[in-house]
Amino acid sequence: MVAIADSVPKPVARFRFILDRRNVLGSIMIAPAILYVLLLVGVPFLMAVYYSLSAYTIYDPSWSFVGLANFEDVVQDPVFQQTLYNTFIFTFGSQMLGLILGKFGALVLLRPFPGRKFVRALVILPWAVPIALATVAWQWMFDSLYSVINWTLIALGVVTRSQAPNWLGTPHLAMLSVIVVNAWRFFPFAIVIFLAGITAVPQDVLDAATVDGAGFWRRNYQIIMPMILPIVAIGLVFGIVFTFTDLSIVFLMTMGGPVGATSVLGFAGFQTGIVSGDVSHGAAISLFMLPVLFIVVVAMLRFIRRREV
Amino acid sequence: MAAVATRDIVKKFGEVTAVNGISLNVPNGEFMVLLGPSGCGKTTFLRIICGLERQTSGDLLIGGDLVNDIPPRARGVAMMFQSYGLYPHFTVRHNIAFPLKTQGVPRAEIGRKVEWASQLLGIGHLLDRRPRQLSGGERQRVALARALVRQPTALLLDEPLSNLDAKLRTSARQEIKQFQQRVGVTTVYVTHDQVEAMGMGDRIAVIDRGQVRQVGTPSEIYDNPADRFVATFVGAPPMNIVARNGSYLGFRPENFLPKDMVKDAAFTEFQFRVDRSEYLGSERIVYGVLEGFDAKEVVTAKLPPAHVAEEWIRPGEWHPFAVRDAALRHFDNDGKRTSRR
Repeated sequence: MVAIADSVPKPVARFRFILDRRNVLGSIMIAPAILYVLLLVGVPFLMAVYYSLSAYTIYDPSWSFVGLANFEDVVQDPVFQQTLYNTFIFTFGSQMLGLILGKFGALVLLRPFPGRKFVRALVILPWAVPIALATVAWQWMFDSLYSVINWTLIALGVVTRSQAPNWLGTPHLAMLSVIVVNAWRFFPFAIVIFLAGITAVPQDVLDAATVDGAGFWRRNYQIIMPMILPIVAIGLVFGIVFTFTDLSIVFLMTMGGPVGATSVLGFAGFQTGIVSGDVSHGAAISLFMLPVLFIVVVAMLRFIRRREV
Repeated sequence: MAAVATRDIVKKFGEVTAVNGISLNVPNGEFMVLLGPSGCGKTTFLRIICGLERQTSGDLLIGGDLVNDIPPRARGVAMMFQSYGLYPHFTVRHNIAFPLKTQGVPRAEIGRKVEWASQLLGIGHLLDRRPRQLSGGERQRVALARALVRQPTALLLDEPLSNLDAKLRTSARQEIKQFQQRVGVTTVYVTHDQVEAMGMGDRIAVIDRGQVRQVGTPSEIYDNPADRFVATFVGAPPMNIVARNGSYLGFRPENFLPKDMVKDAAFTEFQFRVDRSEYLGSERIVYGVLEGFDAKEVVTAKLPPAHVAEEWIRPGEWHPFAVRDAALRHFDNDGKRTSRR
């Protein structure tokens, strides 16, 4: 009997190997990320929803439920309508321009040439330079008096001094300017995306297309582009989300001007909610991004998934 | 369909010479196999024929026309790649139709030809799938259909069976050979697998270090190798080569038999010490050395197990072996086969 009792296995300390359990270790590892998202994204988001349904201002910080009244006010405001329109133009304009530059840049950087590494490092600069610094430089380039762009155009004889465009003072030119600056910031990312995509296309497939009679353009637009489309679409989703919610370039370059011509959602929300103190309307403006982005992202992800089957 | 001929093709990549003067004639309708070890330049040579690489010097003729400066799409050759190179974003139908579309073939005719090619290869039921939904064997057929659909002047195949498992490879070998005979297209087939080369080629060109060592029918290559490289590269186990009087003597393992199994009157006798023996079911491979020869020269014998029992042949034993004189091959000091057999 004693022998049998001795052979009963001793329980090993219960928590000694707790970190060897996949589910425990996994939970511990993912916890910081989840906390981060909950605290820094989830809470502010719920607060924005809460403010947008109330009459909260910094002068009267009382919670009074007003339903969707704030959204009604905002939608009927022609300035907001202009802002929404501007945001679409700004986002899709700069993404289009960025993608075209990116594709072009990727094709240039694909083949080895002397100094390619240097050019690659240079190309990444727009992305790496702090946006505030870069925007100030661009602001001077677009300046009404000291514009180096105008100086060049005058020197080339394209325009006379009196006709020189006032980049940031004319509504359409101001929009073009912020689009150009944002595209300039985005295109290194687009180059990286295109390079990653193009180098992932198997050489056998390209060789097969060549032997099958496809020239440069057909290879590019019937083989390479469709094959890298899912990757490019992911990059574009990122670009759209970042641009749609961005206010830094507009804030630093034009302050939404002239007369609201470059005001975008993020900027308008900030101006109304924080600068003017009308928190509830500011929150309502900002929340307009949500359904738009949701639709865009879902549509693009669905498209990507269909392509990948 | 057309003959393919090359004259002294050289290809250099910087300092490295990949192809070092290959002159080869492939008559119309012939199945020519380029056989060689990896890195011998056979794939580069194939890429020069289809125009993916430009030769450093030398001439390439397809159907009697000089095509040195003609781009790949105008050469009319089709190529099948090792990993097939199917377009993953196209359906099988679209994949097969692509070479026709690039040539501006009318739509009705494209449909007809895709139908013809898919019938030929028995892939009619796969036309609406995408490559990733296909098995390895199916992909290989689609690639072949895409190559054959435009009735190319020449069909170039770059190790097309190396991605298939062993069992599938045997059947695919027969199929490719059958389609080639049915369509009658001039074919250049690159492989490092001598079984594929022997089994499929009308003729074989053995290539080593960018040069052709021998061109001939499979039996010429096997029975009368032009030099020691060909002799030892073709055949498994390879031909035995032993040094004798400043030259070399070669004989195939299956011709190296116990003396009493040799029926010919004219034979050469050797004393053979058995070191190791492997039973492979249909044959027994015996390794050993010959008396009076360098002990480092390992000689193999391939014996029929039905006739040679295991207890007859044990490691360490000496046995009288012999080779029919008709099966002996002589090589000179440079490794070239001397005219005397």
